[in-house]
Amino acid sequence: MTTEPTCREVVELITDYLEGTMPTDLRQTFEQHLDGCEGCRDYVEQMRAAIALSRSRDDDALPPDVQERLVEAFRGFRRV
Amino acid sequence: MHAEAAREAALLASLREGDEAAFRELLRLYGPSMLRVAQLYVSSRAVAEEVVQEAWLGVLTGLDRFEGRSSLKTWIFRILTNRAKTRGEREGRTVPFSSVAPDDDEPAVDPDRFLASGRWIGHWATPPRAVPEERLLAREARDRVEAAIAALPANQRTVVTLRDVEGLSSEEVCSVLDISETNQRVLLHRGRSKVRAAVEDYLDETP
Repeated sequence: MTTEPTCREVVELITDYLEGTMPTDLRQTFEQHLDGCEGCRDYVEQMRAAIALSRSRDDDALPPDVQERLVEAFRGFRRV
Repeated sequence: MHAEAAREAALLASLREGDEAAFRELLRLYGPSMLRVAQLYVSSRAVAEEVVQEAWLGVLTGLDRFEGRSSLKTWIFRILTNRAKTRGEREGRTVPFSSVAPDDDEPAVDPDRFLASGRWIGHWATPPRAVPEERLLAREARDRVEAAIAALPANQRTVVTLRDVEGLSSEEVCSVLDISETNQRVLLHRGRSKVRAAVEDYLDETP
């Protein structure tokens, strides 16, 4: 039986938890801890927020002239 | 076959047949990500554009020899990071994964925030506060996260960018950067923990 992690351990285990790489028994005690600990639930929420905010939104496309040059190169390669 | 693998096989066949629309689709799909990833290695946006062009030419040259041992996407990004690394080194920059020097090993959270003794040892002394959704919608929140990622040590910044900014899977990142699953996870953990701290700092300020 795995003992429940402390909050200090939770913040180091959180990535294994979110990545789904945690062994089942540890996952159960980890979730038990979260059930009883508001601070750690908020910590997990802050981590999820950080991940969501990281996701790029603006799509910075290649300049059109570069794209056209590459398409031309593509045509050239296909002719050979 | 998974949907993505099937889509990729179809795309690859179209590319080999010289389907220009398929190539344009590929440029649209990966071009923006490649540009951002190249900038992790080189000094400027202009150089990054050159690197991305070089990488695409490498893709075109290798297309007929591509054996599908990795996904097309992984293969393209590996060509990109190799080109970017070479270029960054030529510019005299310290590029990600250029040295075997261990990364920093600081804790995810300042140890002073946990109780050091007593029955509740290791539990929060200063717990984080709840996340008010509306504050995450502000442009400021996104800017702070972007700045936190930019300030990460190179290896962490690279892994966090590929995973959380560009949305690659852990398998893809391991394959593109040629690092182990454990190494990838440790770097992701340290990097994300710092980005989380930046979110907390932002939330703790009175709006």
